[in-house]
Amino acid sequence: MELFQYPYMQRALIGALVIGLAAPALGIYLVQRRLTLIGDGIGHVALTGVGAGLLLNRSPVLVAVIVATVGAIAIEVVRARGRTSGDLALALLFYGGIAGGVLLVGLSDATSANLNAYLFGSLLSTSTTDLITVGVLGAAILITMIVLRPALFAISHDEEYARVSGLPVRTLNLLIAVTTAVTVTIAMRAVGVLLISALMVVPVATAQQITRGFRSTMTAAMALGLFAAGAGVWVAATADTPPGASVVLLAIASFLVVAVAGAAWRAVRRRTAPATVPVPEPHEVVLDRG
Amino acid sequence: MSTPVITVEHGAVGYDGRPVLRDVSLSVTAGDVVAVLGANGSGKSTLIRAILGLVPLGAGSITLFDRPLRQFRQWQRIGYVPQRLGAGGGVPATVREVVASGRLARRGVLRPPGAADRAAVDAALRSVGLADRAGDPVATLSGGQQQRTLIARALAGQPELLILDEPTAGVDAASQEAFAGALRDFVADGGTVLLVAHELGPLRPVITRAVVVHQGGICHDGAVPDPAGHHAEPDHDHVHPHGPDEPAGLWSN
Repeated sequence: MELFQYPYMQRALIGALVIGLAAPALGIYLVQRRLTLIGDGIGHVALTGVGAGLLLNRSPVLVAVIVATVGAIAIEVVRARGRTSGDLALALLFYGGIAGGVLLVGLSDATSANLNAYLFGSLLSTSTTDLITVGVLGAAILITMIVLRPALFAISHDEEYARVSGLPVRTLNLLIAVTTAVTVTIAMRAVGVLLISALMVVPVATAQQITRGFRSTMTAAMALGLFAAGAGVWVAATADTPPGASVVLLAIASFLVVAVAGAAWRAVRRRTAPATVPVPEPHEVVLDRG
Repeated sequence: MSTPVITVEHGAVGYDGRPVLRDVSLSVTAGDVVAVLGANGSGKSTLIRAILGLVPLGAGSITLFDRPLRQFRQWQRIGYVPQRLGAGGGVPATVREVVASGRLARRGVLRPPGAADRAAVDAALRSVGLADRAGDPVATLSGGQQQRTLIARALAGQPELLILDEPTAGVDAASQEAFAGALRDFVADGGTVLLVAHELGPLRPVITRAVVVHQGGICHDGAVPDPAGHHAEPDHDHVHPHGPDEPAGLWSN
């Protein structure tokens, strides 16, 4: 525990906790819309921003926010068009993003250790300025996701109905895309661009095994994200492991524990409760009797 | 009672160059309860999707509450009931959460729900007989109960016009009765209804007019036609494949 008396460790921990709360609050909408891998793709694009920042001697986080946001908007425009070529366009963007990032980092004076820190997170790299950026943007993401929950739930659940309700569907979709980009970039320091997507998705997957509603899933996922981020940083500091990997493995371990415990509980309940006969549904399609 | 609610004039819709609706004209006035009937693939669902602005009109014009569709913004006046609830990504949602979405058109994106919103959601849940399932995940409900959830969502917005896409397809008898009751109450309060149906069942007494769509055009607009042939049998369990080239029969006279 004495490790956490060092200011850099405190900064790393606070940054990770903010991200642990914010990432699942956004991720639940991505899971509901079957866009669970989008965070990963935007992470790839953000890496180009990191490379550009290092090369230009500007704040890599800030440049990455801008580049990732532009990339996210491009992805959303392709997605909204619903073209079959969209899949390929996304692949081009993702691979272009990571290749561009590696190339630009290579051109700059940064070492490969620097690149690793952005890819998989690092405890040592969170400066006070970074922490302020993470805190302000993380709070903005949290507030947006919670205040707009009814509307974002509606468009994630049934986009056509949301449109007929007169909701600004296109604007809200862009908002989710931009928020994803911002979340990815602020999580870069603690978890790394290649692993942040897991922190958006895995706590939601864990929570939805035991919850009954959308709001309870969101709350439980945020609690799980907070736990994984906090415990992950603690493990990384005490065992000297990469923080991103520690956070993500803890999140996946929680998933497995809940999955096994949930299955066991259901099995026990089935054995003790009287068997309920499911009411048969009428057939929707009956072959012509003629 | 002749305020126009929906007016379609010479509407045409095509998907990828293939015409689905051609030269369709239809008018629904306040208090009407209109059933759009027709075989699968006749274009009846496309007609209501065009009226809602979900598919673009190739030609002609659509007016909602005296406003061209493009300029129409008063979506709280319309309650839409789609054919079924999308599966989504599997995040659970309670019946109440889904029904509460119906208040958004009235409340807007930023205002948090208030007492009036909660009361309207409660009333909508009661009217379809799902008040006791409010806290259950929708995924655990039967198909008919899910359909009732969608109707409650539309009713929660307290609309003047209900537009329903095959609300009773594949729905158990109890849900059909619950639905017919909710619709009767809505009509008794002065509501207007446009619904697409394959067969009317317990809804028949509520319907004031039938529009029959056949091969992308309207071939009947008036009294509800009597079922004919084996459709008339009391135990007729419908939904067999209809082709676009179905021989002239029930809906084409």
